[in-house]
Amino acid sequence: MRSVARIIVDVMPKPDIRDPQGEAILHACQRLDFGEVRGVRQGKRFELEIDGPADEAALARAGELAGELLANPVIEEFFLREG
Amino acid sequence: MAARVGIVTFPGSLDDTDAARAVTRAGGEPVPLWHGGTSLGGVDAVILPGGFSYGDYLRCGAIARFAPIMSALLPAAADGLPVLGICNGFQILCEAHLLPGALTRNAGRRFVSRPVRLRVEDTGTPWTSQYRPGQEITLVLKSGEGAYTAAPRTLAGLAERGQVLLRYGGENPNGSAQGIAGVRNEAGNVAGLMPHPEHAIDDLTGPGTDGLGFFASAVRELVAR
Repeated sequence: MRSVARIIVDVMPKPDIRDPQGEAILHACQRLDFGEVRGVRQGKRFELEIDGPADEAALARAGELAGELLANPVIEEFFLREG
Repeated sequence: MAARVGIVTFPGSLDDTDAARAVTRAGGEPVPLWHGGTSLGGVDAVILPGGFSYGDYLRCGAIARFAPIMSALLPAAADGLPVLGICNGFQILCEAHLLPGALTRNAGRRFVSRPVRLRVEDTGTPWTSQYRPGQEITLVLKSGEGAYTAAPRTLAGLAERGQVLLRYGGENPNGSAQGIAGVRNEAGNVAGLMPHPEHAIDDLTGPGTDGLGFFASAVRELVAR
């Protein structure tokens, strides 16, 4: 049986890039009486199912894919982990 | 012989017909190109039109960048083929790294659809040679993700090398860095802009005819070659 592993890729706007979607969500939080929320940044999460295992080589491959397709390095950063 | 200008249609392109009409109006011959093709058919220049290619899935232009036609366009652009990206076409060129920077969601979070005043900053490209430096023109802006952004070092380099094609003349409509509405590559053959020159080629259907210069510039330059 072929083993399938999962790698999670989180993509976030870089800290110095403005995130208007996050700002809109923050306003909604305040309207909903969640005034303790001081900031919101919105990102994306990708779940990659790969032919396992999710070892170092597989994570490196996923990083290559994230840098080329899943994230735009001009405006976004990504984080990888085994799922 | 009229200059042959290829116009790529991706799934979700909207403004390919208007771009073709603008090329015709400028005296050129529009050549339809399909995203799934792998040949540019010997055209003299290429326009990537506006729209929502591949539904803007993932990021605007992120999927279109890997369309089969792009494997023909990338080497041709590197060899000096004039390429113009309008709106979604601009986003595709940035995603393909043919142009620096990226387009992000408008600062005001609203889709902006209205005529805007612009200042032509660089008239050295095959797409802007018919304008005067500093000329003010009016084109239609219609985009939700039109805020130009780039790393501070990239922005400084663009200004230094004169790669800013256009700037918004009045109020900044979408939060673009330094009011940038369009840029070109270092060589000058690849240019992109968020506003739509193809929607401003006649008084009846647009805010005037200021956009025609983009197409007339290319047609004249190509015929002169």
